[in-house]
Amino acid sequence: MLRVVRRPASPGWRGALVVSGSALLALAGSLLLLGVQGVSPLAGLKVLVLGAFGSAWAIEDCLLKAIPLFLCSLGVAVAFRLQIWNIGAEGQFALGAIGATWVALSLPGLPKVVLLPLMITAACLAGGLWGLIPAILRQRLGASEIIVTLMGNYIAILLLEFLVYGVWKDPSGFPMTPAFADAALLGTIGSTSVNWGLVHCLVLGAAVWVLFRFSRFGYELRACGDNVRAARYAGLPYDRLALLVMVLGGALAGWAGCIEASASLGRLQPSIMAGYGYTAIVVAWLARLSPLYIGLSAFLLAALRVGVEHLQLDLQVPAAFGSIIEGLILLTVLAGSFFLTYRLVPARRP
Amino acid sequence: MRIIVLCIMLLVAPTACLSLAAERELKVGFIYVSPVGDAGWSHAHEQARQAIEALDGVSTSYVEAVAEGPDSERVIQTMARKRFDLIFATSFGYMDSMLKVARQFPNTVFMHCSGFKTAANMGNYFGRIYQPRYLSGMVAGAMSKTGVLGYVAAFPIPEVIRGINAFTLGARSVNPQATVRVVWTKTWYDPAKEKEAAKSLLDVGADVIAQHQDSPGPQEAAQERGVYSIGYNTDMSRFAPKAHLTAPVWNWTPYYRQVVEQVQKGTWKPSSDWPGLAEGVVDLAPFGPMVPPAVRERVQAKRAEIVAGRERIFTGPIADQAGTVRIPAGAVAADQELLGMNWFVQGVVGTTE
Repeated sequence: MLRVVRRPASPGWRGALVVSGSALLALAGSLLLLGVQGVSPLAGLKVLVLGAFGSAWAIEDCLLKAIPLFLCSLGVAVAFRLQIWNIGAEGQFALGAIGATWVALSLPGLPKVVLLPLMITAACLAGGLWGLIPAILRQRLGASEIIVTLMGNYIAILLLEFLVYGVWKDPSGFPMTPAFADAALLGTIGSTSVNWGLVHCLVLGAAVWVLFRFSRFGYELRACGDNVRAARYAGLPYDRLALLVMVLGGALAGWAGCIEASASLGRLQPSIMAGYGYTAIVVAWLARLSPLYIGLSAFLLAALRVGVEHLQLDLQVPAAFGSIIEGLILLTVLAGSFFLTYRLVPARRP
Repeated sequence: MRIIVLCIMLLVAPTACLSLAAERELKVGFIYVSPVGDAGWSHAHEQARQAIEALDGVSTSYVEAVAEGPDSERVIQTMARKRFDLIFATSFGYMDSMLKVARQFPNTVFMHCSGFKTAANMGNYFGRIYQPRYLSGMVAGAMSKTGVLGYVAAFPIPEVIRGINAFTLGARSVNPQATVRVVWTKTWYDPAKEKEAAKSLLDVGADVIAQHQDSPGPQEAAQERGVYSIGYNTDMSRFAPKAHLTAPVWNWTPYYRQVVEQVQKGTWKPSSDWPGLAEGVVDLAPFGPMVPPAVRERVQAKRAEIVAGRERIFTGPIADQAGTVRIPAGAVAADQELLGMNWFVQGVVGTTE
């Protein structure tokens, strides 16, 4: 018989191994599922991999999809580090898009070099505000941030719809704002189709990494995240940190919203909501809250979505398949993580 | 020996390629906004796709459940890159994405359904579904005992508003006191939400439920309460056999066949097409067994008038909810007016927000 024994050491490199191993296992299982459907698993794998990575524009597509995902995940991870469960990235993303749109529609005459930073600032302020509200409620009233941020998502989406169907509606009568002026559009890098949001991601990711690793803020985050009581006794400003991480998380998700509105859509419409905020939670969790792994996970998850579209097109695989793979990956990683904290030892006979 | 085989291969290969090129099929791609199993909007397009797949020299493929926005742009781009010759995008929200991609791929033909933008290589098309909606309104008005009709609607955009108006005009032509209560679900396809919306209408006294949605949810809600319902997109009677009176349905096959032939022959030109009952692109589903012969005859007679062009549906005088006459007596609303319709006719209880 086997006994369950807790591992003494922290995961370290084992973490990455377990996550990737589990993900590969889930992928293999899903491809076998394809076989049951009548599609050759090997053909499926080939289409999946080539579709996501097989050409320059495929990689560009993956990067484009990964950009908003990355920023939202970063925002979620910052709060999760303090064990504050920020489920509101979706709403903060929406508020960011609203803030950026407000600037773009109100001040179209400004030159790009002024307008874009203003849009980003407005987006961060709006998203940060949307993160601040649940944080204050948590602090003053003890309200569960999980519920408040989740409900906040619905409110934010309804606010977006209210604006797009109402005061900001395009004269054509369809539910979208008028198209942004050229000065409000975040351009593409050179002749690729990837927008400058990629550079924003790299800079912000590096900044957050430095913040976590080398700053006092990062140290305080780690201490408070591990043990709130001990950190409080040590005099660390837990309450201030809690508010700060929620604002920061909201601002990052808001930045993602600005990029999507400005670069991908060029206007605000309800279909800007693509579930990035919720997928960001999965990505942040899979990446164990580390900015580098978040980048990798966001890219790979985006690549999975892109690859699945190719599966649909080339092999007529149903659209639900992509969701199945994602769900399987999360389940296997969860199961595999068991082995990060515990190990099985043969029970000694007395 | 090997050299001889190599030479033969080198000689044969180009000719093989040439013959393949001559036989190159027309690759037609479809993009759907919901899964094809929705028994509704996408399902109707998918049935037409299968019909033209059977045509000579045509191969088709599709991607389903593509979200409007950046995702759709990527999918359309991928299809264009994979050398698809003709791409149909079947949802309004794909319009800007398709226009963007159309500019990058001038040799591909792009067809957008339910939109209003065109380009040198992009046309748009839709169907005059408001014609069978009017007919279904007549059936609903005749079969309702309370005179309160419920309408589960998706988004307050002109297409949906126009449908509600046509339905109401049809119902009122049979019962001038009929009212149509509208509930917005803000989704094209969400079976649970649509069913709940239908229930909320049933709770305020509606005894016929109509819908502008892509799932049979509202039909099931009507059957459960023992009242009648009007389907949409396809014949939804198998989901609610006791409730389903009829439905305005799509039949894209004749139109798609026409476009495919035009592209094959090289005679395709960008245009905004809006075929209707007369062209066979829209129709009324078969009546349920509960519809009495008198109602059937009246509706069939009206149908014949529409096909003959004698009945134009939006013929004045038509007033809005506030009583203001929007279409004066004797005038017929022009297509542009219909395509931008954002007001409700009298008899509709609800807002266009």
